[in-house]
Amino acid sequence: MDWNNGRRVLGLIKLDWPLLLGLLAVSGLGLVVLYSAGQRNMDLVLGQAMRLGLGFAIMLVLAQIPPSHIRFWSPWLYLAGLLLLVAVMVVGDISKGAQRWLDLGVVRFQPSEIMKLAVPMMMAWFFADKALPPRWLPLLAGALITVIPFILIAEQPDLGTALVVGWAGAVALFLAGLNWFIIIGLAAVLAAVVPLFWTFVMHDYQRQRVWTFLDPESDPLGTGYHIIQSKIAIGSGGIYGKGWLNGTQSHLDFLPEGSTDFIFAAFSEEFGLVGGCVLLAMYFFIIARCLYMATRAPNTYGRLLSGSLTLIFFIYAFVNSGMVSGLLPVVGLPLPLFSYGGTSLVTIMAGFGMLMSVHSHRRNLTR
Amino acid sequence: MNRWGAAARPPLDRLLVREKDNTAESELFFRRVLIMVCAVFVGLLAVSGRLVYLQVLNHDRFTTLSESNRVRIQPLPPTRGFIYDRRGVLLADNLASYHLEVTPDQTRDLEGTLAVIKSRIALSDLDVDRFRKLARRTPPYTGVPLRFQLTDDEIALLAIDLYRLPGVDIKADLPRRYLVKSLGVHAIGYVGRIDETEMSKLDPGQYSGSTHIGKTGVERSYEDLLRGRAGYEQVETNAEGRPLRVLNRTAPTPGQHLHLSLDIRLQAVAEKALEGHNGAIVAIDPRNGEVLALASQPVYDPNPFVNGIEFSAYRKLNTSKDRPLLNRALRGVYPPGSTIKPLMALTGLQYGVVNRASGVFCAGVYRLPGASRKFRDWKRSGHGAVSLDRAISQSCDVYFYDLAVKLGIDRTKAFLDKFSLGRPTGIDLPGEKGALLPSPQWKQKVHKQDWFPGDTVSAGIGQGFFLATPLQLAHSTAVISQHGKVFLPRVVHATEDPGTRVKNRVEPRSAGTIEVKNPRFWDAIIGGMIHVVEGGTAHKIRSPRYRIAGKTGTAQVFTLGQNQSYNARRLAKHLLDHALFVAFAPVEDPRIAVAVIAEHGGGGSATAAPLARRVMDAYLLDQYDDKLDAGLKLVPEVQRDGLE
Repeated sequence: MDWNNGRRVLGLIKLDWPLLLGLLAVSGLGLVVLYSAGQRNMDLVLGQAMRLGLGFAIMLVLAQIPPSHIRFWSPWLYLAGLLLLVAVMVVGDISKGAQRWLDLGVVRFQPSEIMKLAVPMMMAWFFADKALPPRWLPLLAGALITVIPFILIAEQPDLGTALVVGWAGAVALFLAGLNWFIIIGLAAVLAAVVPLFWTFVMHDYQRQRVWTFLDPESDPLGTGYHIIQSKIAIGSGGIYGKGWLNGTQSHLDFLPEGSTDFIFAAFSEEFGLVGGCVLLAMYFFIIARCLYMATRAPNTYGRLLSGSLTLIFFIYAFVNSGMVSGLLPVVGLPLPLFSYGGTSLVTIMAGFGMLMSVHSHRRNLTR
Repeated sequence: MNRWGAAARPPLDRLLVREKDNTAESELFFRRVLIMVCAVFVGLLAVSGRLVYLQVLNHDRFTTLSESNRVRIQPLPPTRGFIYDRRGVLLADNLASYHLEVTPDQTRDLEGTLAVIKSRIALSDLDVDRFRKLARRTPPYTGVPLRFQLTDDEIALLAIDLYRLPGVDIKADLPRRYLVKSLGVHAIGYVGRIDETEMSKLDPGQYSGSTHIGKTGVERSYEDLLRGRAGYEQVETNAEGRPLRVLNRTAPTPGQHLHLSLDIRLQAVAEKALEGHNGAIVAIDPRNGEVLALASQPVYDPNPFVNGIEFSAYRKLNTSKDRPLLNRALRGVYPPGSTIKPLMALTGLQYGVVNRASGVFCAGVYRLPGASRKFRDWKRSGHGAVSLDRAISQSCDVYFYDLAVKLGIDRTKAFLDKFSLGRPTGIDLPGEKGALLPSPQWKQKVHKQDWFPGDTVSAGIGQGFFLATPLQLAHSTAVISQHGKVFLPRVVHATEDPGTRVKNRVEPRSAGTIEVKNPRFWDAIIGGMIHVVEGGTAHKIRSPRYRIAGKTGTAQVFTLGQNQSYNARRLAKHLLDHALFVAFAPVEDPRIAVAVIAEHGGGGSATAAPLARRVMDAYLLDQYDDKLDAGLKLVPEVQRDGLE
């Protein structure tokens, strides 16, 4: 095989090089940070590298599948996901245990994870042949497509995943051209209802729980401890950081969950403001590249799917970094491509695979 | 095209179904994406701004916190509530003391540190063993107690060297102290260190900093009230983890004091009376279910359990054949023997198989129709013609064999169940046994055997499979004395807020009334019980000062062959019958109901009845042993208003 032949084969593989490089850069940095945050445990790093490898493989495989196939399967995947969510609820009710997992004998499996992909796919599928901006009836149907899985997941209760699914649906509606009057109207209604709900419907203990959620530092024996320690880790990092392997907060076990949900704090302690800003810039690059790819998509399905999947990635990065730095309440979402473990890694990479599929197959479609 | 997205269309189009316009939609999407890009940028910029705030503007503060000092959240365990008896005698409190704690992770050299400590103060192998055992099951960065109850001299000796011993701390604590030692231990219980299984079930926030938890008795059943609520403080510590400054403090809420219904003097009388026997005495106020004494012999001292009892001592307690750790009052199950006869008589009256006038001729032996097996009366010569009253007072077995067979086991079980026989009474103490009121279904399930008519005959005199706890017997006697009014037994009488010292009476828990067809049935069986003491089997305990209604019982442990005779002198002690007695007094206005069981005590009338009399004398005539009072330092703390 000569050089030209090799180039031709490479050209047949459907992928987006800038995006791939961006993802590889963040994952690579993530492994370096994980080595330090995980107390130099090489097994941890290797495990994560395997998981990342699997994620990239899934991404590349999905990128080769034409979007028309993905589109065809969208409603079926969504329906299957809904049925599994109901199944989990029923099984969970019987066993009185955690209601997120469905035990399939060999693998235990979280149906809510499917919905992170299935909701954007279903929304894109549904609006693909509707005239946009949507009229009232499609709008209502679209809202239902999102709200049903949202409620099922929030009931489990898995606030983090419910948030992601709800956000994916809302973003799809927004990108579909949801009328500004409706957006403003909804915001106004929400602003009016929340105080009434707070005063007249909620019990004292419920209000207390919301307060702890919004202000975790009021509960220093519980989640507040994480936030206090995480802020110390970040703040003590300063502009240039303490240097790789030199973070004291994470190494002396003050920082809980230092290699999983709170890895951003361990990273900021060692790499400082500069490192933090570089990482955020890398995330911004990935998101911007994906949104650019979305605008180049040839049809409504591709556009909505790509846009919605991209913004799922954004909400992970934003909520996690905001939570760890004490800007947002504590919601258990990992930092994408950085946090150790997490089934969500696979889902996210699958999302990027679909994005690449839409982008790299666009010339094969007739406009 | 307007500014915000919706493409301008011809007016007519609004009324018709619109066509998809890919170019227009693509442009709309592009504008929306631009907005989202801005939103993403603003969001990430906000996080960067936050990083600037933390890492630049507040860098010095956080550096201080991180490097030279550290912030730790220290839980403040609450003070455990005290336990008093019904007159306010202090039974359990917390004695301030100091113990030595070592944090393995913070010592440079654990063995060296231990050696230094050993050269300064007395440190037994036992202390070191316990320390190692505890250290193995806790994370290395938590402190583990090494020596308890340091003296002032020891503290002074250690304090000099403390700066050279990182990870070694002198900690103040408030261990539980049981002032009356073994007295009432089976009701009060004890606290001990939280073990792993308990840890996994506890609310970690509430128990952070707590090392102890109620293990038995009211210490366990009232754990939530006694414990209180944990507080916490945010402290700055130096690099070695020693606290420097308290930043923020939320005080713990101390636990509630408990006032038991137990009268510790009566408890002492009951335990003293039982001395020399294994057994139990339960005394209940029948008017409200309050337990006045709950004695189980032998007893043990709960104090060593608080900080972890020595293994050899524990093994001795646990393997002793007298089983002092067993709470016989709630968990000892015995054949009720003849003490069940008044209730059997009531059941017979209720179902109309006997009446007050009818009688049975007792020739000293009973045979089931068509069977050859003989069921003997305890009196071999027989009682002759017996009425219901005489059947109770003379404890005629043949009368009750006949009655039980006429009733059948199902009706017996259905009615006796109302008296909590065969099921827990619901007392506010943990671990109560339900004992056994047998039924054909039970026998089929457990023994895989049919119910024989002979089983019904034995059940009629509280033998066979029939089992009851002393508490159940006292409870059912209390119910009889109240003509069927049921109060659930309980040992806690009131709670007290340690801050305001306001007492809250725990109201009696009524469980309804047992209805009988004719209220005079109660008088019939109580009449029989009065005659037990006045001319019957327990005539020796008749008191000139108040009237007692009672019933003796002798429960067979050893089954004799068909033609053997029972001779106490020739049987080993462990084969002797259990002695039982139940009673209430005064007959006119019952204020106390008692059940006594002396294991292998021989006869109920000779052994058990006099013990009950001593308990009733003490309670009703206020006859307490002054020497006992003085010896136990039972000086009432403060007599408070409001409650007895």
